[in-house]
Amino acid sequence: MSIPKIRVRNLKKYFGTKKVLDGVDLDVAPGTSLVVIGGSGSGKSVLIKSILGLVTPDSGVIEIDGVDVLSAPRAQARALREQIGMLFQNGALFDSLPVWENVAFGLLAEKKIARRSARAKAIEVLAQVGLADNVADLSPSELSGGMQKRVALARAIASEPAIMFFDEPTTGLDPIMGAVIDELIVDCVKRLGSTSIAITHDMASAVRIGDTAAMLYDGKITWTGPAAELLTTTNPLVDQFTHGRSEGPIKMALRR
Amino acid sequence: MNAILNGIAHIGAAVLNALGLVGELAIFAGTGMFAIIRPPYYPRMIGRALMEIGYFSLPVVSLTALFTGMVLALQSYTGFSRFNAESAIASVVILSVTRELGPVLAGLMVSGRAGAAMAAELGTMRVTDQIDALSTLSTEPMQYLVAPRLIAGMIAMPLLVAIADILGVMGGFLVAWLKLGFNPHTYLVSSFTHLRTDDVVSGLIKAAVFGFIIALMGCFNGYRSKGGAQGVGAATTSAVVSASILILAVDYILTQLLFTK
Ligand SMILES: Nc1ncnc2c1ncn2[C@@H]1O[C@H](COP(=O)(O)OP(=O)(O)OP(=O)(O)O)[C@@H](O)[C@H]1O
Ligand SMILES: [Mg+2]
Repeated sequence: MSIPKIRVRNLKKYFGTKKVLDGVDLDVAPGTSLVVIGGSGSGKSVLIKSILGLVTPDSGVIEIDGVDVLSAPRAQARALREQIGMLFQNGALFDSLPVWENVAFGLLAEKKIARRSARAKAIEVLAQVGLADNVADLSPSELSGGMQKRVALARAIASEPAIMFFDEPTTGLDPIMGAVIDELIVDCVKRLGSTSIAITHDMASAVRIGDTAAMLYDGKITWTGPAAELLTTTNPLVDQFTHGRSEGPIKMALRR
Repeated sequence: MNAILNGIAHIGAAVLNALGLVGELAIFAGTGMFAIIRPPYYPRMIGRALMEIGYFSLPVVSLTALFTGMVLALQSYTGFSRFNAESAIASVVILSVTRELGPVLAGLMVSGRAGAAMAAELGTMRVTDQIDALSTLSTEPMQYLVAPRLIAGMIAMPLLVAIADILGVMGGFLVAWLKLGFNPHTYLVSSFTHLRTDDVVSGLIKAAVFGFIIALMGCFNGYRSKGGAQGVGAATTSAVVSASILILAVDYILTQLLFTK
C-alpha cells in the first residue's frame, strides 16, 4: 500500500479548556477525496486549518507525503504545504483587489505567469466556475454570496494544486449551482489527479464529491467509510446526522 | 484578606498581560524589520501605502501646521512683548516648528488618520480569513502587508513634516506680517539667521521614527485583532492611542539624544 498523501495521528487542539480536537486520526490516499462531516462547531475548520499550518495544534502528527510537517524544518514544511489550495468557508476574497487579481493571485505569487497574461488566465479559470468575463474587473463586494464562493473556488484551483481543501464549497448556493460546483470539484480533482478534503453539511453533495467519508464528533473521528455508505450505514451517530433527526445519540445543546 | 489577595492577583495578571503584550510587539517589530530587507519586495504595495499615509494625509497635516504656526506667532507675541523681545518671535516660531511641533503634530494627525485606517484594514482582513488566505497563496503576510506599510511610514512622514515645516513657518510669518505689523523682510531674515541644518534634520529623523511607530502600531493591532467588527473597532482605537502615546514618549527620548549634545 502506498503512503497516504495526508496522514493525521492523535491530533489535539484545545482552546483554553475547550477540547476541540481530541485525538483525530485520518488517512487520505493519493488521488482520493475525503469528505468530512460533523456538527457545527465540531472542529472541522480547525482540523483543516491545522493541516494548513494556520492553527498550531497542541500535539499530534500531521504528515504530508510521509513527512511530519509539525516537526520538519520550516522551509520543508512550507514547501509541503504549498501544494495545498484552500477554499475558505467564507470565501476570504481580497476585497482590495478586483476579481481577476484574486483568481490570479497565487499564480502571480509563484511567478507561474507574467502579469500581462494574468487577466486572460483568470478569465479562463472564472469560465470554469461558470462566471462570465464581465465579473473580472468587479470588486468582490459587488458580487452575490454565491458568486463570491465561485470566485473563491476559482482562486483555490487556479494554480492546479496537488492537494485541495474545500470548506463548505456549496453552502449558500442554490441547489442547481451546488450540483454544478460539486461536479466541477470532482472534475477538477480527477483531472489533475489531486487529493482533496471537503467539508460539507450537504449529504447529497458529500456523496457526489467524496470517495471516502469521515464523521468528526466530540473531537474524534467516530466513523469512516465509503462516501456512498453515508446514507445507509447503521452507525447511529452518522445515521442521525445524515438524516437530520433531532432524536438520537447526538444531543444538541440548545440550552446551557 | 481574601479580597486583598484577589486584588494582588488581579494586578499581577495585568502586569503579566502587559509584559506579554510588549514581548509580542517586540517580536512583531523584529519580524517586520526582517521582512523589510528580505525579498520578495512589493513595490506596488509600497506605492499604495505611500498614497495612503503620505498623500491623503497632506490636507490635514498642512492645515494643522499652518494654524499651529499662526497661533505660535500670536502667543509668543503676547509673552515676548512683555519684556520687549518681539524680535525673537521669528526664531521661536521656526525652531519650535522644525524641532518639535512639526514632527509631533504631524505624527499625531497621521496616526489618527492612516494608523487607524491600517488597523481597520488589517483587522478586517484578519477576521475574514484574508490574512490566512494570503499564506495559502504562497505569500507571506508580514512581507506583503506589514513591510510595505513600515517602509511607507518611514518615507512618507519626513516628506509630510518637511511640508509641515514650511507651512508652519509660513503661518507664523503671515500672522507676524499682516496682524502684528512686523516688517516681512526683517522677519524672514531673522527667522533664518538662527536656524541650523540639524534643527531641521533632527526633526526629520524624528518624523521617520514616528512614521515607523504609526505603521507598526497600526499593523500590530490590526494583525492580532479578533472577534469580528467589535474586535476591529477595538484594534483601531488601540492603534491610535498606543501610537500617540509612543510618539510622545519617544519624542522625549529622541529630543534628549538629538539636542542635548
Ligand atoms: N481562534 C479560536 N479561538 C478560540 N476558539 C476557537 C477558535 N477557532 C475555533 N474555535 C472554536 O473551535 C470550535 C470548532 O470550530 P470550527 O470552526 O472548526 O467549527 P466547524 O466544525 O468548522 O463548524 P461549522 O460547521 O459551523 O463551520 C468552535 O467551538 C469554536 O468556537
Ligand atoms: Mg467551519
